Amino acid sequence: MSHRPAGNKRPSVLDRLSTVLPQLVVAPSFLLILFFVYGFIIWTGYISFTNSRMLPSYELEGFRQYLRLFAMDRWDVAFNNLLIFGGFYISLSIVIGCLLAVLLDQRIRVEGTLRTIYLYPMAVSFIVTGTAWKWMLNPSLGIESYIRGLGWESFRFDWIVDKDMAIYVVVIAAVWQASGFVMALFLSALRSVDQEIIKAAYLDGASTTRIYLGILLPSLRPVFLSAFVILAHLAIKSFDLVVALTGGGPGYASTLPANFMYEMTFRRNQIGLGAASAVMMLLTVAAIMVPYLYSELRGKRHG
Amino acid sequence: MARAERLPGATGKRRLFGRLFIWSLLLFAALVYLAPLYVVLATSLKDLAEIRAGALLDLPHELNFAAWQAAWSEACIGVRCEGLKPYFLNSLLMSIPAVIISTVLGALSGFALSKFRFKGANAIFSLMLFGCFIPLQIVILPMAQTLGFLGIANSISGLILVHTIYGISFTTLFFRNFYVTIPDDLVKAATIDGAGFFRIFWRIMLPLSQPIVVVAIIWQFTQIWNEFLLGASFTSGGAQPVTVALNNLINTTTSVKQYNVDMAAALIAASPTLLVYIIAGRYFVRGLTAGAVKG
Repeated sequence: MSHRPAGNKRPSVLDRLSTVLPQLVVAPSFLLILFFVYGFIIWTGYISFTNSRMLPSYELEGFRQYLRLFAMDRWDVAFNNLLIFGGFYISLSIVIGCLLAVLLDQRIRVEGTLRTIYLYPMAVSFIVTGTAWKWMLNPSLGIESYIRGLGWESFRFDWIVDKDMAIYVVVIAAVWQASGFVMALFLSALRSVDQEIIKAAYLDGASTTRIYLGILLPSLRPVFLSAFVILAHLAIKSFDLVVALTGGGPGYASTLPANFMYEMTFRRNQIGLGAASAVMMLLTVAAIMVPYLYSELRGKRHG
Repeated sequence: MARAERLPGATGKRRLFGRLFIWSLLLFAALVYLAPLYVVLATSLKDLAEIRAGALLDLPHELNFAAWQAAWSEACIGVRCEGLKPYFLNSLLMSIPAVIISTVLGALSGFALSKFRFKGANAIFSLMLFGCFIPLQIVILPMAQTLGFLGIANSISGLILVHTIYGISFTTLFFRNFYVTIPDDLVKAATIDGAGFFRIFWRIMLPLSQPIVVVAIIWQFTQIWNEFLLGASFTSGGAQPVTVALNNLINTTTSVKQYNVDMAAALIAASPTLLVYIIAGRYFVRGLTAGAVKG
């Protein structure tokens, strides 16, 4: 977009400046991102190939930190937990969110109020969510003791202190927080489906169930994909919820990779190992996000 | 949309049962979503004896605001016994400048990237977009060193800088996707009339931008207020934001665990973003879905 003055005069410095003004305006933001995101990724990547412990050192030692990482039970537990947590968190949030969206789509009079209720957890921090659920799931004073107080003496719900079940407690709290968001995604997409197709299906005598299963839900495939991608990258980044809810315990039974990274970097003076785990996290996110963003951007350009 | 009322076969009893089924599921879900809020609020208003009696879901016998008072200005976090108040102020001092700066930068870059398709604009946008999704663990170590080098380690200014930088990706995405939907002709016409970049931005784009400005501000405020990892990594003691202080309060071991104070503190820490959500929920939802659905 150039706007040099008409006539034969040579463009002044000011005019030339104004033609590159858009670039100049983007430059500070872009340079900040370039340095603080991409520069730092390279920096952390470099540290992951050094023997850094308490302080970063810049002496390269190859893949030793990665070999140590993969040999650690603690990392193994964290990565398995990510698979369990991610799997349940993503699938339950999508199923519950989708179900609520379809139910809310049935001309419900107080839809606005219900929507507000389903979505408010998303406005609250993970630390607050964790604090609330930690209190409710605490066996001695929470849900377990309440139900026992009602007369069911043998009732047990002590997952939060059970090393095999603690990660599922994190799943419960995380699904509580995210399913309303998935509901909002699906509801807005349901509302934008072409009305004519639905009317035609009704006239052909299709039932509501058939219309949802046969027409509406299949047409929402892009929304399923978006929800999956967003939840997956949130799962990989999950950190605060575990800190507030289980503290990673019992022992390290409910740690996720993000907690592993923090523990190694800030508590155990294993900076090189922390950097290696951060690189693994970035690679996992990139494996999901890069193809998705690429197809989104391409789609937009061609559409 | 698919309306049950219009369904040919669904009349009389069958329809009634269908509606009843839908309503009971929806109301049950609403109760489940509200339960934690109710339990936390009820617990914060009980005294310790009542809490120890174990009636988690019961209403408090009488409204007792002592725990709120303690959480706000008396509870011990580490060695300081001043409650959440100083950390709440830290979070305000950190969020407000970071929200304003990142929104302004995002609006300008979004405008430049959408309406002046200079060479490399798309590549720049893609690189900035990916910045929304990186796990921040990958930048923590270099950031800690850089903050130390700049002399703003363990300070609110350091957190403002960090949150501004990592917010730019989001605000640029919001504004760029919004400005793409505004006709290019508007900008072209103004350019022919001799208006420059800033004049077009100020006179034409900004007056149209009110909704997306609200979305960006709410999104940034919620993100920054609720953030924990960066606050926990770069600050300690008196410079901590409220999320970090809340977590320390919960995990501070005292002889008698004051659950009511913990719960009141959780509500105090959550109140600003909850308030924003209640006042401007519509814009909040738009921020959430802006990055998720093709624009």
